[in-house]
Amino acid sequence: MSTRTGRKVGTPQGVVGTSPLRPDGIPKLQGRFEYAQDLAAEGMLWAATVRSPHARARIASIDIAPALAIGGVHACLTADDVPGRATFGLEHPDQPVLAAQEARFWGEPVAVVAAEDLDTARRAAAAIEVGYEPLEALTDPEEANRRDEVFRRMRIRRGDQSVRGAVVVEGEYEVGMQDQAPLGTEAGLAVPDGQGGVDLYATSQYVHVDQEQVVASLGLRPDQVRSHPTGIGGAFGAREDVNLHIHLCMLALHTGRPVKMVYRRSESFTGHVHRHPAWLRYRHEADRDGRLVRVEASVVLDGGAYASTTSAVLANACYFAVGPYTCDSVAVDGVGVRTNNPPCGAMRGFGAVQVCFGYESQMDRLAHALEMDPLTLREINALETGHPLATTGQVIQTPLPTVEVIKSLQAMPLPEAGPSDLPTELPGGSGLTSEPQHVTRGVGYALGIKNLGFSEGSDDYAQARVRITDSGAVVETAAIEVGQGLVTVLAQIARSALGISHVEVAHVDTSKIDSAGSTSASRQTQVSGGATLEAAQRLRERILGQFDGDVLDDEGVWRGDTLVTPWTALAAGDWEETVTFRHPPTTMTDDNGQGVAHADFAVAGHRAVVDVDVELGLVKVLRVDTAQDVGLALNPQSVRGQIEGGILQGVGLAVMEELVMGEGVILNPTFTDYLLPTILDAPEVEALLIEQEGSWGPYGAKGVGEPPTISSTAAVAAAIRAASGREIERVPVRPQDIALP
Amino acid sequence: MIPPRDITLLVNGREYSVQVEPRKTLADTIREDCGLTGTHLGCEHGVCGACTILIDGSPVRSCLLFAVQCQGTAIETVEGLATDGVLHPLQEAFWEHHGLQCGFCTPGFLMLAKGALDEDPSLTRDELREVLSSNLCRCTGYQNILIAVEAAAARMRP
Ligand code: FES
Ligand code: FES
Repeated sequence: MSTRTGRKVGTPQGVVGTSPLRPDGIPKLQGRFEYAQDLAAEGMLWAATVRSPHARARIASIDIAPALAIGGVHACLTADDVPGRATFGLEHPDQPVLAAQEARFWGEPVAVVAAEDLDTARRAAAAIEVGYEPLEALTDPEEANRRDEVFRRMRIRRGDQSVRGAVVVEGEYEVGMQDQAPLGTEAGLAVPDGQGGVDLYATSQYVHVDQEQVVASLGLRPDQVRSHPTGIGGAFGAREDVNLHIHLCMLALHTGRPVKMVYRRSESFTGHVHRHPAWLRYRHEADRDGRLVRVEASVVLDGGAYASTTSAVLANACYFAVGPYTCDSVAVDGVGVRTNNPPCGAMRGFGAVQVCFGYESQMDRLAHALEMDPLTLREINALETGHPLATTGQVIQTPLPTVEVIKSLQAMPLPEAGPSDLPTELPGGSGLTSEPQHVTRGVGYALGIKNLGFSEGSDDYAQARVRITDSGAVVETAAIEVGQGLVTVLAQIARSALGISHVEVAHVDTSKIDSAGSTSASRQTQVSGGATLEAAQRLRERILGQFDGDVLDDEGVWRGDTLVTPWTALAAGDWEETVTFRHPPTTMTDDNGQGVAHADFAVAGHRAVVDVDVELGLVKVLRVDTAQDVGLALNPQSVRGQIEGGILQGVGLAVMEELVMGEGVILNPTFTDYLLPTILDAPEVEALLIEQEGSWGPYGAKGVGEPPTISSTAAVAAAIRAASGREIERVPVRPQDIALP
Repeated sequence: MIPPRDITLLVNGREYSVQVEPRKTLADTIREDCGLTGTHLGCEHGVCGACTILIDGSPVRSCLLFAVQCQGTAIETVEGLATDGVLHPLQEAFWEHHGLQCGFCTPGFLMLAKGALDEDPSLTRDELREVLSSNLCRCTGYQNILIAVEAAAARMRP
């Protein structure tokens, strides 16, 4: 044992609270990072999918012979070839792996093929003859509701239902269908292991749930399927559900060859779920001082053809239907209907986005009716720690700085009076269509709230392992890095807890570690971060205990000023710790929607500044400034990155992003027609991070991914309302909504 | 089907002799036949700019070109940006300023910015915004991409 003395005191590099550079930055910047699109294997086949061209049709026949007759085609599989469970689904397995007797949405997979190359696979897919008998498609959500075609109904009643207020405002609001549009489409590779099992490498937010679903539909033992975390070009909810995963594994096992599939952009638009379009009805009642005394809401979400996560999205929409405000008399009725529209499911904000547009529009109406400043009205009603959530009655236990959010927004300086004389800064951009004298400026505010982590009694856990290596330590996890920076922050947490500088994160497959749960619900930093923190802390304690040391650092274990175990000796040992972290338990709510449904909450507020050309209906979003409750910013640069990116998705929903439907058909499934904001559409963002101790996340951190998207849409809508004088009851706001109301 | 042609492409200073159908895009050829998968496809039809590369120094969308058109040109992809393991100022700046998250759009932005700054390193912030507006990023909100490109421009000025 070494007895070197003289410990250099100092903090390790890259701990929590700092912003170390992304460890995956270099490979991503050099084009060496392997995305699912880039995977290849010896002897690999290419796959393609046959999709229903009808929103609803009976499948009378499928003739695969013409496809099999094409040279180089190795497999054409239909519903009859699904070896195990014929259906899949995140909450209810109701979606056919391949449509059997009936296709229920436009783009539903009916058959899959594998061939020597991509062109041949696509030609084979086109050669399969499917006999469709079109059926009447149910595409009107109200009609679906009348026919009781529903995935879930929600009913929330809290407090005395007879309470009435002196001031009443009512409104009806609509939110269009948004797409996550991650820049990388769905892609994957399945490799048969030669013993009846398969390794899957595919775009995912949740490899363990993919693995479970592949196991079920392939009729395999769990140990025969390994799902591997893979490089992914964004997610935003689009990767929570299975899409090509089961198909790839079926084809790989059928052909005995590795099989790869990459969705084209137009296919991606049908291949993943979307944000639910919503129809909201609200009635807010307040006393003359502006205190909310009664809120009634009705929420209709179109879940499309299959369940996906509609139940949970609807629950979220209903639980957060009042927003970050207190009110003791509440009635919310919600329904998630089943139609022949595309299935909807998870997208950043998960139900909280849609209702936020509704309740914040209502708060502005109420402020107007009361002749009160909109932020003052919000402050009077602010929901804070110790208050019951207006809907479920759950008393907020963790910090919820709603008033501080409001005060921060109030204090932010406004930009110079506009409009600018730079053509690119005018509504319509460099098309030079607006003239400065026709442009008016508007400022709008909105606040939003959302749960963090999974709710309603789900057993929400994440496992992580911390292992000592020659160079430091490695954190092993199956949690997915979608770009948000988990790979950076888990290492920071382990560095802080261990007291060392060199920590890497390794994404391992489903056979090597238990689930980390989904990279969604703003949860991984808190939950996988929590597991990493606890594993690292325990490991450090065990190491110090073993060597009777008092400090662990990059050199090894120290007792006072003496290095009692150098790192090389530690690395030679078998030091590892595996921890499964669970957040505080939640419960399913009762028949009135009452109960402790959520583990934690986050609040954020946005102030939007827009210029509007009312005659042309054009909008330029100049600024969206924000104050956000982050608990503790473990990596301030990543937090700001999430905020800036999340705000732009909210701006997109406010002014341009919508999947336009025509009788169940997506009319704009390309980036030419589904408009995504460019840098010229992107507002400047000033973000104030509000830090408060007390959340159960590591070091008090809260999830930060979703709040930026929740109230930014409503703030932009409010600003357009202020500039244009129009009611603005629908997002995205289209030119005709402003110019031809 | 029109028979494949034998062509030679000069990519990042190296010659690749490949056999491609005349209708094969340059993007697919670079990715599949040259094995350079750093060039990404986000839309396959000229909107997103993820596939941006340089041809004779100018940024172009490789999904909108056929490989057979590009014989005799000098093609640069993201893989050629760092020299002998030393990052290009743009790569450094994107890393330092958190100009990437998922990174899928990043090669396209790097090549777009390189083409623009090689031609005119004195582009102003507003001019850079116009240049960068030809590519899409779904993760970052663009703020850090602009900051990174400005920082790189400062370093690239003679
Ligand atoms: S892939 Fe070429 S522009 Fe989108
Ligand atoms: S970093 Fe993900 S698309 Fe730009």
